[in-house]
Amino acid sequence: MEQVKCECGHVNPHGTVLCEACGKVLDEQEEKKSQLLDMRYEGSARRSQTYNKTIVDKIWNFFSSVKVGVWLIVLTLIASILGTILPQEMYINLPPEVYYEQEYGWFGKMYYQLGFHDLYGSWWYLLLIAMIGVSLVICSLDRVIPLYKALKAQRVTRNEGFLKRQRVFGTTSNFSDHDLKLVKEHLKAKRYQIREENGDLLAEKGRFSRWGPYVNHIGLIIFLFGGMLRFIPGMYVNEDLWVREGETALVPETGEQFYLKNNQFILQTYDKNKDKTFEEAIERAGQVVKNYQSNVELYQKKSESLPGEEPKLEKVKEYKVRVNHPLTFDGYSIFQSSYRSELNSMTFSLTNKQTNQSVGDLTISLVNPKSHYDLGNGYSVEIIEYFPDFEFDKNKEPSTKSRVPNNPAFVFRMISPEKPEGETSFVAIKQTIEPFGENTYKMSFKGIETKNVSGFTVRKDSSLWAIILGGIIFMIGVVQGAYWNHRRIWIQRKNGQVWIAAHTNKNWYGLKQEIEACIENTELNIPVDQLQAEKEEQEGA
Amino acid sequence: MAGLSSNLLFIAFILYLVSILFYGGSIKEKRANQGKRETNKWGKIAVSLTIIGFIAQLGYFITRWIAAKHAPVSNMFEFTTFFGMALVGAFIVIYFIYRTTLLGLFTMPVAILIIAYASMFPREITPLIPALQSYWLHIHVTTAAIGEAILAISFAAGLIYLVKGIDQSTRSKKTFWLEVIMFSLVAVLGFVAVSSIFSAADYHEEFSWVDKHDNEATLDYSMPALIGPHEGQLLTEGGLNPLVSVPAFINAKKLNTVVWSLIGGIVLYVIIRLVLRKRISAALQPLVKNIKLDFVDEISYRSVLIGFPVFTLGALIFAMIWAHMAWSRFWGWDPKEVWALITWLFYAAFLHLRLSKGWHGEKSAWLAVVGFVIIMFNLVAVNLVIAGLHSYAGS
Amino acid sequence: MKKRRLVIRTIILLILGAAVVYSLYSNFAMDNKQKVAVNDTAPDFVLTDMQGNKHRLSDYRGQGVFLNFWGTWCPPCKKEMPYINNEYNQFKDQGVQVLSVDIQESELAVNKFIDRYELDFPVMIDSEKEVMTAYDVDQLPATFLIDKNGKVVKYYTGELTENMVRKFMEKIKP
Repeated sequence: MEQVKCECGHVNPHGTVLCEACGKVLDEQEEKKSQLLDMRYEGSARRSQTYNKTIVDKIWNFFSSVKVGVWLIVLTLIASILGTILPQEMYINLPPEVYYEQEYGWFGKMYYQLGFHDLYGSWWYLLLIAMIGVSLVICSLDRVIPLYKALKAQRVTRNEGFLKRQRVFGTTSNFSDHDLKLVKEHLKAKRYQIREENGDLLAEKGRFSRWGPYVNHIGLIIFLFGGMLRFIPGMYVNEDLWVREGETALVPETGEQFYLKNNQFILQTYDKNKDKTFEEAIERAGQVVKNYQSNVELYQKKSESLPGEEPKLEKVKEYKVRVNHPLTFDGYSIFQSSYRSELNSMTFSLTNKQTNQSVGDLTISLVNPKSHYDLGNGYSVEIIEYFPDFEFDKNKEPSTKSRVPNNPAFVFRMISPEKPEGETSFVAIKQTIEPFGENTYKMSFKGIETKNVSGFTVRKDSSLWAIILGGIIFMIGVVQGAYWNHRRIWIQRKNGQVWIAAHTNKNWYGLKQEIEACIENTELNIPVDQLQAEKEEQEGA
Repeated sequence: MAGLSSNLLFIAFILYLVSILFYGGSIKEKRANQGKRETNKWGKIAVSLTIIGFIAQLGYFITRWIAAKHAPVSNMFEFTTFFGMALVGAFIVIYFIYRTTLLGLFTMPVAILIIAYASMFPREITPLIPALQSYWLHIHVTTAAIGEAILAISFAAGLIYLVKGIDQSTRSKKTFWLEVIMFSLVAVLGFVAVSSIFSAADYHEEFSWVDKHDNEATLDYSMPALIGPHEGQLLTEGGLNPLVSVPAFINAKKLNTVVWSLIGGIVLYVIIRLVLRKRISAALQPLVKNIKLDFVDEISYRSVLIGFPVFTLGALIFAMIWAHMAWSRFWGWDPKEVWALITWLFYAAFLHLRLSKGWHGEKSAWLAVVGFVIIMFNLVAVNLVIAGLHSYAGS
Repeated sequence: MKKRRLVIRTIILLILGAAVVYSLYSNFAMDNKQKVAVNDTAPDFVLTDMQGNKHRLSDYRGQGVFLNFWGTWCPPCKKEMPYINNEYNQFKDQGVQVLSVDIQESELAVNKFIDRYELDFPVMIDSEKEVMTAYDVDQLPATFLIDKNGKVVKYYTGELTENMVRKFMEKIKP
């Protein structure tokens, strides 16, 4: 692996295509290839291409290839598409093994069996992203260093072959020194950096835009690193928290430190009489929600207490949690994410079936019902069984599905002066069963009271800084690379002529215009776009 | 205010429409004074009309904003209209860089189709649901739309490249796919035409049907049903009995609209072919005779370069900020988010292929076309077909 | 020169590889992470049973504790309760204590349940779900076996057979 010494005296690393200093073509293959030079990476030696010995080198070279990088991008793209065909697991509200088949038939079943229901959380999707990350690091390292060296080593005076084979090139035989001076001034006015050597001139600007891609890659790497941080325990908290109105609940994952009291949940809808502008839209939609809000109080535990013990709490703050306006404290955010309405209490009236006369009302809390309700005058009601979420189980026995009072049912014993041993009655919503024959009394349903339960999301994301930083750096890099161009104009004296050659990494149209403007009012000929000339020749033929 | 707003939009639409004629004229005229970069009289009128139209549409946007008290980008109609406006704006900017009216001839029809498509959605001013009540919404949506619009310019330039560059004398895969693109544009026109006709006739028919949870429901069609709902029963007298009915998990009404649009598109396309007696792209070829391939290639690439950062900022970064505020997480794999990511990945691949693999010219033009297809898919299909948090209520 | 290149490349690849493996592993492990794992000291708590007696876990040092989380509505809980009761009566004199924690239900429901199944061991209601949170229980029934030193010996979710209950109690017998 020797280094290559160019005739201009510069020593280039092995694998260099164009001499870093003067631009002479060093690679014989390249010499023969085409009329115009391939200026990618300045013809510098990409390390990966030159050494290919050990397994480490082979892995390195694999990830260094842009081809591999593009394939990774394309594969990720295709995988991402697959995941949008059906809703992902987190957006469905049934067990996935049931949901997909029920909603989408055999296709849904297949989708589920292939594991596409959680595609973005699958190991292979993660692996694709991770490989993109690896590729980003290695690709960038492999290119930015040689490119930096080549651009640093470049000399003003260039090899003839290098100039001739630039895309924009032209010569002028009749010129005056005044012309050159004028051009130089014009170039300066256009903020070119000018270097001179033996009457040759190199005007360069926007070199920093060449670093754009690498800067944005660094941003992406930091972003991905931020994503990875989430896997570290404690960095990322994402919990649901349901709090009934009037109740206080422990905020999960805060080290048993914080409690949230929900004073009130408010649901507001737009009023078509008040919000006249929206009248039509409201009529079309029926009802449009204006606001979801929970008025909460945040408490912090003041003394050490064990779980189950009544903690001493101190109010930290009051807040109205709304969508888009989370409550934040101590690195945590509490978001208003949903709500539901739960039955809170039921009111019955103990009624004589014959006379239809009520002997008294009783209100039963569905969250914490009492077992006895004394109505006076020898009348009382006892709850024998309570099923908050009533159903008949597999053995046709009455039972409860959950502890939430979605469908409350009771077995009552009604005690009256006429029936001091009591009468048994099973009461559920819209049905009454009298298992031991006809009763004298009944529990007639009088009313129901509901209470709202606010659904919150508790979130802490300590990786956010990396995500934000990565995003900012990415944007800087991508703007730097996209909105600026690296332009170089060589004006050199060769064989008694003035040669003008120019190169830009993009936006040739702009470069040509700039050159035209710079050599205005001089004898110099406008250099030609050799690529276009070539094409026109072909198109003409 | 709302009335003024709609009038301004209508004016803008007409001005854009008229400007196309002048763009056409400017190309024809150019043949006479070849080689000069200056825009001729026709071209100047065309660009002026475009700018006046743009100002009118800006007026629509501002007056509607005042009326609604929020930026009008919150439903399908408003967003798509804004996208059309951004496309015109992006064209104006690119025009002043490259001064080619030919680009206008290809961009303006696309913009008009987009605005016409937008107006097929309910046009009344909608109130904002809580999640949308954030200034980040306005920043995110507008920036994303502007980014997509600039990227769409690269589609217009790519299309010019393909129309000019592809040999139309023989049938090939390339001529076929280019014609598919042309047909898709005609099909959008078909959709607009069919929807307008039925809505002008105030067509309605009602079905009772059984949804996927075995519930009975009624469904109101605003076009005659070719595709009927699952176990549908026609309730309206004199309505069309559907030719086929589909399983419950397919939205029959939307599919019916798609079928009608395709029929409309095919009819229009056949008429156009009968008039032209050749492929649309072949008929367009003389118009692009004077443009240099290299030049449009550069416009196309430049648009991607300008649009990509704007798109990233709007559709990903601002989107993440908003999502973080509204839904408590900056990224949730919602279909719309994923499609923004897909668009972004696609253009990232585009840039890498171009920079490192030397995909210039025709390949690059095809990529620009595919990129636009992805953007349109994200706008149309993801909102209407793939349900998610973002789906605006549309018909 | 060549050596240095190889070393640098190897180091970079190793760092990247480690990051990738860690991410994949954590993603996988996150699904079945456990807050209170075997060999951890069981988090202390205080709850009041239906008779009004306070039970503090750390007061049972020196005894084995069979800590069971349950609900009256959960069918497997109903099945295993009689087994636990039987074995409790066998083992209570051998230094095994049963603490049975109901998750946020009404006293009425719990009392009715105790009456119906004639449960002898102390039953308490975790009305604020604090103990459940401390033990990160998400499925019922869940059983923690705690030895005489207060360490978690085993964690089991799902229905128990009488045999299992016996083996479990045998395990924590001091």
